[in-house]
Amino acid sequence: MKKLTTPLTGESVSGLRAGDMVSISGVVYTARDAAHKRLVDLLDAGKPLPFDMQGAVIYYVGPSPAKPGAVIGSAGPTTSYRMDAYAPRLMEIGMKGMIGKGKRAKDVVDAMVKHKAVYFAAIGGAAALIARSIKSVELVAYEDLGPEAVRRLVVEDFQVMVINDVTGADLYEIGQAKYKTA
Amino acid sequence: MRQIDCKDITEAVARMCMDANTDLGSDVVAAFKAGLEKEASPVGKAVFKALLTNADIARTEKVPMCQDTGFTVIFAEIGQDVHIDGGSFTEAVNAGVRKGYEQGFLRKSICDPFTRANTKDNTPAVIITDIVEGDKLKLTVAPKGGGSENMSRVMMLTPSGGKKAVMDYIVQRCQEAGSNPCPPVIVGACIGGTPEKAAILAKKALLRKIGAVNPDPELAEMEKELLTRINNLGMGPQGLGGLVYAMAVHLEKHPCHIASLPLAVNICCHASRHKEVTL
Repeated sequence: MKKLTTPLTGESVSGLRAGDMVSISGVVYTARDAAHKRLVDLLDAGKPLPFDMQGAVIYYVGPSPAKPGAVIGSAGPTTSYRMDAYAPRLMEIGMKGMIGKGKRAKDVVDAMVKHKAVYFAAIGGAAALIARSIKSVELVAYEDLGPEAVRRLVVEDFQVMVINDVTGADLYEIGQAKYKTA
Repeated sequence: MRQIDCKDITEAVARMCMDANTDLGSDVVAAFKAGLEKEASPVGKAVFKALLTNADIARTEKVPMCQDTGFTVIFAEIGQDVHIDGGSFTEAVNAGVRKGYEQGFLRKSICDPFTRANTKDNTPAVIITDIVEGDKLKLTVAPKGGGSENMSRVMMLTPSGGKKAVMDYIVQRCQEAGSNPCPPVIVGACIGGTPEKAAILAKKALLRKIGAVNPDPELAEMEKELLTRINNLGMGPQGLGGLVYAMAVHLEKHPCHIASLPLAVNICCHASRHKEVTL
């Protein structure tokens, strides 16, 4: 298990390889479909973003509401391909990590190679378990989006797997090829 | 004529929305354990262990097993000798969804298709009704998440393709779905009917206890063969490689038009959520 602390740097992600198990601690930002659209609209308008993208890790998640006394509700990853249209743009301005589930488009993987960024997968559906690694939550922007709002999470020992690394390797392809018999 | 009060319908639906999202069925837990035994890939085994832990946390702490607490789909079998009293059946069901999602701290995920504005109470539910004999009302609440639902398809095949085209398409659909529907999955499919009938029956097939085979020996044989073919793709739990991508394949069939061969495929994530009650 490799340990990573955010914000990430070109150096900290360059050594990661598809298939590595990684434990992430520090700040990660939540953003999914509608939030991504707004972030990219701001970039198009030449306006500042609501949080610093330098070395940032974005977790594609729309948590369920927190029960009284809880930090957050259940919080597993959502499917990443819906963010493919926006991800290269955010890597251009410094985003270094994405956490979600499912395969990414080729141009997103190419952008990871170009900008030295990585894509991690968390276990889809293991949302009650994952919530235990989230220590604090703070609203950053777009409250009107409800579960899709941008939130600043502090995580401790958030366990993920490297799917795409800076060489363009893909764990889904590597892992599946090993067991394919048809 | 038996009277059933709308209030009882609302209460039952609210309770089932909460229970379905926090309390995974014993057949699903048993399928995880069987999968853990069968799986050869170390990462696949780790996934099964995480899913078992996750289901335990959800049940004991009464929190949703998945943050996506889904579109609320309700199957209602309404006895023809039942009279629903005290209001509208549809409104009674939706009131139950509203209450269950609020009180259970479940995520409200339903929005306008264009503006994407959230309805803020997870309504309206999709309600599928059947009028049956008798004086009972059976309600099944089956929340379904967007990740797996996006992998659903309805295909109009040509009759000449026959069984081979049907089986090939189901295998191909699983391959294309890959890690997106949160495998290990349950594959529901219906051959025949009309496109909308096939879609409903494919979803209904997911309500069957995991691995309970279709009583029709021909369909049972196809289910078995499909499970082998799908798992031989090597995709494994979460698509990370392994032997268990699908825990079960459930097929249904329905007579169709002489010109048509409809096929609906509905893939369910590992959190196969549904609860039922008979009033």
